[in-house]
Amino acid sequence: MFESLTQRLTASFARLRKKGQLSEADVVEALREVRVALLEADVNLRVVQGLVARIREEATGQAVLQSLSPTQSVIRIVHEALKETLGGVSTRPPLSGQDLTVWMLMGLQGAGKTTAAAKLGLLLTREGRRPLLVAADRQRPAAIRQLELLGQRVGVPVFAGSETDDALAVARGVAVQARRLGRDVAIVDTAGRLSIDAALMAELRAVKQVLAPRAMILVVDAMTGQAAVEVAQQFRDEVGLDGVILTKLDGDARAGAALSMRSAVGCPIYWASTGEKPEALEVFHPERMASRILGMGDVLTLIERAQAAVDPAEVRRVEQRLRQGTLTMDDFLDQLRQVRRMGPIGDLLKMIPGLNRVLPKGTSIDEHALVEVEAIIQSMTVRERQHPEVIDASRRRRIARGSGTSVQAVNRLLKQFEDLRRLMKSQKGARRPGVGPIGPFGPRLP
Amino acid sequence: MPRWSEIAGRLRGLGGLRALVSRRRPDAELLEELESTLLLGDVGVTATERILEAVRRSPDEPANALRRELLQALGGGAPLVRAAAGPTVTLAVGVNGTGKTTTLGKLAHRYRAEGRQVILVAADTFRAAAAEQLEVWARRTGAGFVGGSPGQDPAAVAYDGVEAALRRGLDDALVDTAGRLATEHNLMAELRKIHRSVGRAVSGAPHEVLLILDAGFGQNAVAQARRFTEAVAVTGLVLTKLDGISRGGAVVGIASELNLPVKLVGTGEGVSDLEPFDPEAYVDALLDTPDTAR
Ligand SMILES: Nc1nc2c(ncn2[C@@H]2O[C@H](COP(=O)(O)OP(=O)(O)O)[C@@H](O)[C@H]2O)c(=O)[nH]1
Ligand SMILES: [Mg+2]
Repeated sequence: MFESLTQRLTASFARLRKKGQLSEADVVEALREVRVALLEADVNLRVVQGLVARIREEATGQAVLQSLSPTQSVIRIVHEALKETLGGVSTRPPLSGQDLTVWMLMGLQGAGKTTAAAKLGLLLTREGRRPLLVAADRQRPAAIRQLELLGQRVGVPVFAGSETDDALAVARGVAVQARRLGRDVAIVDTAGRLSIDAALMAELRAVKQVLAPRAMILVVDAMTGQAAVEVAQQFRDEVGLDGVILTKLDGDARAGAALSMRSAVGCPIYWASTGEKPEALEVFHPERMASRILGMGDVLTLIERAQAAVDPAEVRRVEQRLRQGTLTMDDFLDQLRQVRRMGPIGDLLKMIPGLNRVLPKGTSIDEHALVEVEAIIQSMTVRERQHPEVIDASRRRRIARGSGTSVQAVNRLLKQFEDLRRLMKSQKGARRPGVGPIGPFGPRLP
Repeated sequence: MPRWSEIAGRLRGLGGLRALVSRRRPDAELLEELESTLLLGDVGVTATERILEAVRRSPDEPANALRRELLQALGGGAPLVRAAAGPTVTLAVGVNGTGKTTTLGKLAHRYRAEGRQVILVAADTFRAAAAEQLEVWARRTGAGFVGGSPGQDPAAVAYDGVEAALRRGLDDALVDTAGRLATEHNLMAELRKIHRSVGRAVSGAPHEVLLILDAGFGQNAVAQARRFTEAVAVTGLVLTKLDGISRGGAVVGIASELNLPVKLVGTGEGVSDLEPFDPEAYVDALLDTPDTAR
């Protein structure tokens, strides 16, 4: 498996250092590790070659050769180079003021266009726009139905024309339908197609001509390999391309395709899609992407998610109770829910740099255990939640039955809770700055 | 409807690689060229290094050594397993959008053409309209269909479908599952549950667990495949979308590391765009991966 670039560079420099002073050739030698890291992240080979040449120029300067930590110096240079390549601030496609804005989604089969369309619908609705989803994928079985269902779920109307309409016929009906429903942005879902399929690329051009979209958006799977560049170039050259949505970033693909998009295709990445829920569409952050491609974790995203999920007043309240030793099961439950709102625990752990190395190989977080804890607490009476010490053997049996768990599970939770209270009491007085929402509970969750 | 052999043929002779490969000794220029070819074909750094090392060491001509190494890593094709008695149960698993539903649709077509009685089982109760999609394939191919309602326990739907195949004395039950990223712990647990429940309906089932891989995927496919095989007993790989420009070279590392045969390849969206895997033709195509990105 991939070891982090930092580790590999450190090992490489340590080996080279044994000979005494680092030479220019040594740095070049160590840069092989950078090359491997980028290739393993699926950055296109030609893009890697260009980048490494550029990094070499900067990294062979005196600063790196003489620095105490050449690893850190090189990492910084590489990180900067990636960040720069990925582009500065995140951009988004233009919206017209008065007239109907059309955004067209396109891409290979299975990239995630339909889901992305629904997510954009939700996003725009929340921003006060009145979007319309357009089902122009007349190819894949049940694609229209899928968009209709997703549209219902996010509360955005779907225009699907009549059953026998082809993509072009649907496109021709969009303007009238949008006016009739008072809609100001049309998001057009098109059929997945291979960039080398001449007939389908011609269809896309024809649809584009009818709709005059403000943005042609390519939907690209984060797992895409070396061909990402060529595919995007073909879409760009054949029909025009303004920007990209990168999907399935909730997995652990390092998504080197993102880098290829910018440097070889020259278009921005508008959004990153990070899950199957309609809300899971995030602004694209070049800085974080650079870290991810290098396999260096994603602390910024973690912090942002924590801020979105956690209510600061609530944190202060819990902190106080912790210090006074008056924590209740209800507080415990609240905290648990806040953590869970940040996403699957496994995802969160992955974002912490270095943690993959520290955790034993194959560590997996049992989400189910968290659900169990929630069920147990919910089966307690108000009094039991406030004063867990009243929970005797017969109450434990009742709670186990009520929550569909076992007495052992109830015992385990009560014990953990008691330990936590005791720990907090023993630290009373000793102010613990910055006890955040994850702090006290993180390591103790079953 | 492009045949795989045509696709392989179309690519043949694209690069200058063929000329280089005819050299008798692996010099630096040749090795570098080979390396680029394999890397651009998504074979990945680790597998590429291993293969090139073997080529370097081999007394044979580089071209032969390379083909042999690749063929060995791929381990030859393998026929689809049939149940000794009762219905043969096939489970399709994999990441979102790789072509699970489509592959089972095509497989149904193939089995129907061979005169078998087939049922398609939609144990994807998660993705919107996933069941409808499979149902269209059932109509297209004259296969039976069993599906649940949205949100229903997929293991229960799988059980019902397989049990129906048994009861009606059908030849094949093809069970479609929802796409999932292997990093999703609870979804992988759900997959194990589907696997178990199918086994409860028909002993010895599933007979085939096909991991569907998208030829467009890069190195993350290796990690995904690894975790899928850890979760359920995968019996074979299917490489889809080979009609595109990607060759899916990650499968070289996957097949050899996990010791799994590639059983089928997908070459389009039509009913008959599914073929048995031909390692020789595949290696040819892989070595002719176009290099047009600048
Ligand atoms: N060109 C091409 N497209 C394919 C192939 N297999 C599947 N697809 C398409 O890929 C998309 C996703 O397929 P689907 O079966 O829904 O994927 P699932 O999510 O894994 O079930 C659909 O548009 C299919 O038509 C193939 O071999 N070649
Ligand atoms: Mg499916």
